[in-house]
Amino acid sequence: MIDYIVGHINYWLIIAVMMVGLYTLMSRSNLIKKLAGLAMFQTAVILFYVSLGKVDGGTVPIVAEGYTLYSNPLPQVLMLTAIVVGVATTALGFALVIRIKEAYESVEEHEISQMDEKE
Amino acid sequence: MNEQLTILLVVIPLIAAPITALFKNKDIAWAITLLVSTACFVLSVIIMLDVIDGKHVIYELGGWRPPWGIEYKIDALNAFIALIVSGIATISSIYAKSSVEHEIDDSTIPLFYAAFQLCLLGLLGIALTGDVFNLFVFLEISSLSTYALISMGKHRKALTAAFSYLILGTVGATFFLIGVGFLFAASGSLNTADIAQRFETFAHMQLVETALIFMVLGIALKAAVFPLHSWLPNAYSQAPSAVSVFLSATATKVSIYALYRVLFDLYPVQYWVDMLMPQILLSLGCVAVIYGSYRAWQQVEMKRLLAFSSVAQIGYMIIGLALLNQNGLTASIMHLFNHAVIKATLFMGAGILLYRANTTDLGSLRGMGRDIPWSFAAMVIAGLSLIGVPGTVGFITKWYLLESAIETGQWIVVVTIVIGSVLAIGYVWKIVESLYFRSSRKVHIHAVESGDDSVGKTPIGMAVALWIGAGLCIFFGLNTDLSFDAATTAALSLLKQ
Amino acid sequence: MDFSMSHLIIASMLVPVFGGLILTRFDNKPNLREAVTLVTAIVVFVINILIYQGLDWSQADAVVNSKFSIAEPIEGLSVTFSATPFGSMFALIASGLWIATSTYAIGYMRAHHEKHQTRFYLLFALAIAGVMAVAYSDNLFTLFLFYEVLTVSTYPLVTHAGSRNARRGGRNYIRILMGSSILFFLPAMIIVWFVAGDLTFTQGGVLEGNLDAVWTAPLLLLFLFGISKAGLMPLHRWLPSAMVAPTPVSALLHAVAVVKAGVFSILKVIVFIFGTDFITQTQANDWLLFVPLFTIVAASLIALQKDNLKERLAYSTVSQLSYIVLGALLANKLGVLGGSMHIAMHAFAKISLFFAAGAILVTTHKKNVSQLSGLGRQMPFTFAVFTIGTLSIIGLPIFGGVWSKWYLVSGGLEFSGAELTFWAVLTALAISSMLNIYYLLSIPVKAFFMPADNEDVGIKEAPIPCLIGMAIPTAITIYLFFDPSLFYELSATLTKA
Repeated sequence: MIDYIVGHINYWLIIAVMMVGLYTLMSRSNLIKKLAGLAMFQTAVILFYVSLGKVDGGTVPIVAEGYTLYSNPLPQVLMLTAIVVGVATTALGFALVIRIKEAYESVEEHEISQMDEKE
Repeated sequence: MNEQLTILLVVIPLIAAPITALFKNKDIAWAITLLVSTACFVLSVIIMLDVIDGKHVIYELGGWRPPWGIEYKIDALNAFIALIVSGIATISSIYAKSSVEHEIDDSTIPLFYAAFQLCLLGLLGIALTGDVFNLFVFLEISSLSTYALISMGKHRKALTAAFSYLILGTVGATFFLIGVGFLFAASGSLNTADIAQRFETFAHMQLVETALIFMVLGIALKAAVFPLHSWLPNAYSQAPSAVSVFLSATATKVSIYALYRVLFDLYPVQYWVDMLMPQILLSLGCVAVIYGSYRAWQQVEMKRLLAFSSVAQIGYMIIGLALLNQNGLTASIMHLFNHAVIKATLFMGAGILLYRANTTDLGSLRGMGRDIPWSFAAMVIAGLSLIGVPGTVGFITKWYLLESAIETGQWIVVVTIVIGSVLAIGYVWKIVESLYFRSSRKVHIHAVESGDDSVGKTPIGMAVALWIGAGLCIFFGLNTDLSFDAATTAALSLLKQ
Repeated sequence: MDFSMSHLIIASMLVPVFGGLILTRFDNKPNLREAVTLVTAIVVFVINILIYQGLDWSQADAVVNSKFSIAEPIEGLSVTFSATPFGSMFALIASGLWIATSTYAIGYMRAHHEKHQTRFYLLFALAIAGVMAVAYSDNLFTLFLFYEVLTVSTYPLVTHAGSRNARRGGRNYIRILMGSSILFFLPAMIIVWFVAGDLTFTQGGVLEGNLDAVWTAPLLLLFLFGISKAGLMPLHRWLPSAMVAPTPVSALLHAVAVVKAGVFSILKVIVFIFGTDFITQTQANDWLLFVPLFTIVAASLIALQKDNLKERLAYSTVSQLSYIVLGALLANKLGVLGGSMHIAMHAFAKISLFFAAGAILVTTHKKNVSQLSGLGRQMPFTFAVFTIGTLSIIGLPIFGGVWSKWYLVSGGLEFSGAELTFWAVLTALAISSMLNIYYLLSIPVKAFFMPADNEDVGIKEAPIPCLIGMAIPTAITIYLFFDPSLFYELSATLTKA
């Protein structure tokens, strides 16, 4: 049991990060904090992929003499794309928040929905 | 030769989009968009004709052999979806010209069209790719551009609608990504065909089941399957008209398509049947139909009404899928197309009302239908299709759905279809009643500068696009050769029959 | 010339459409426009005569060599037409009376200074095309399609005046006709399809042996109320509402074409979908007969109280339509024969009455029965026409109406179902004939024998075209007493074993 927990320590940490992200995303009313939660959530997934590719005792996947065990490079490559997507999402999110701030004079979700309802 | 055409579908908008953004002139931007959409449409038609009898077209990106490289494998289903997306994009582009000029600042129009093309690119990419990670990337390309497009709506509510869609959409896409990760961990591959082929070797792993749940949840969120639909009504009702037209007809459809691929191609059907997934999906579909139709009936704002009706129509597609037989799946696939045509037409109608009266609030639009009898007539045709009156596309879908439900003995579906149709009569009649039978309130022109006579008549482009839509509602209601053949071939290949 | 039947059938539908389109070119030349209408009407009539001559009498149902499809949206469910004696009868009546109505309309529309006359003639022609399609439809699906087309195309005619009142009438019209057909007729049709697997009109019906006897009556009830153009109570309200239309519309469409399309459909359904034998066996008609019986009596009673002349005639129509439904529901040879003949007899008599009412309106602007005292001396010709129409509807000899009543009563006597129903049929027929005398005959009596309100102005009749239009159906009414063989033969095929 202990072995199981310790052996998968990276996954437990990832899950923790993911949950913190999701919780922030759902519980905060401040739009910027929401975005921060979202970014954490995405980062957790990126970590997850990267740790997937790691093979115990494996090395960088460059063919060289003396090495037979390589880590899988594919997840890391994939995550380059995912990082780009994540950055784009966050940037777009912040752009929207700026526009919302201009339009509503607020970045608090409950205040905004109050204003929407009044109309 | 056709292999090269498939990649062109993605490459053309990819190259055209940044070029469009560079132009300052809104007319040029529009012309490029129309050209790009039309080109994609023509390519889709060519590909469709090639694969309609069950053939495949395969393209390997960069010459890398699958399962290492990314592969585009086009069968009737891919081509059909590509056809829907590019066809609707063409109609929306025709429609967009005046609508966009009316609703969006001149300076941002080229950017709008660039985002539109990126969205088209993303949706086409999803439709074509045979690689699950690539699918995620295209999903995000289309989503990101969608958020931007929605936020360009006239009202400030568009911003919050886009923001909450961004949050939920990203969560959905990330869920999908987690699912892909699990599946990759189990199988070591990202190629759909490859995973499916070697499925037996890793089927026993718990991971595979978790992967499926994550993927289905993620896609269901993007497809607005009840109860994950909450982003949809706001997003569609606040977006600029041309965007509502395009998205309502394509975005959720493409996600449903992704659901087919995951459920039928990636996983063996028996695998998720054992997980009781058909029963769950069927119940959700039935609830979606009734809930969506009922909520639509309650709405007082036309675009919101149509958006809720979309929730209901997605329910029909899910029901068709969950019935798991040829007729059901055919109905589901055909409904992707039929609903795209119907909803696009109705949203175009709503856009015309917005253009003419600056509001889509049914109360303020009273009697407006009498000022625009022809556009109104087109909307009525689409409304009848939504109900499912014979002679229109809506009837065809409901018919096959009924046939399938009776074959499988799912009487609950029959009851759902009946209730759904009755409620549909209710909400369509609500539109007709307010627009046509209520005596006009002469307040319906809001915030229009005096002396602006352009609002006095419907621009020709909008009217033409609207009538193309209405015409298609009737044409494909009477002549189902294309849609039925494509859907049947696709359904058979999904069911591996 | 060598015309095949299918060409003729297509022509009977397309000629009115093209005629209508051509006459829109002559918006500013009323004479030419009306000449086009008349020529079109005559051509359509000739086409129908040619179809009549080409009829294959050996089979009462679909004639193989004239059967053809134009579309098949769902396998087995096609838009198919064929020439049958019964359909030919309906087409002959409608197109023949279109000539009379066109003539009449020339005088009426001009004298009444109606607006949008071109639109009026165009829509009228389109409605006739719809009637032709209904008459020649070969299966229930086709019938349903064009039944709906007819509803939609006549709607703008009902609201022709454009006033608030007209719109309210139109709202009732569309809501009841469309609503009932979608809520009842469509499901009934779908049930028939799934039970019998066939919607083709077949001699002896398609349901026998496929449908459990218990379900016959409920299904038949769905049809009776679904086909609300037949005006069964409580779904009759649309007909009085439709009286806001100009008189030629009320005359041709709401005394002949549209309402007869309703009873025509009911007869078709009873004879060719259910089969009269099947209905008799299952005794479904024992209690269903009370629906038309109630309508016959109740509508007559309401007619008594109506002061507005056109409304009184409308209720009279409701009552008379139920005679036809009654005949059909008796489900024996004579009943069906009587019902079918009543389509013709009532058509000629009722259109005369409406023409007379319109003539009174045009000449004296009087709408109510109470204002008609002494008017007979001013308009002797008009009231002579009215009297003849009335006597024919009551069913007195030397007028055509006697024959259909004769067969209806004989059918009632032959009825072999429940005792109670048998007596109810006979009583209702007797009472309603009395009431007919009362509410219809009192009008000419009043006009001829009561003292006039104002002083005598001498003879002042409606415009000449009106008089010609009135003379045609009246003359036919009298002729039909001496020689009803045409309609007898056409109707008799319905009951051929």
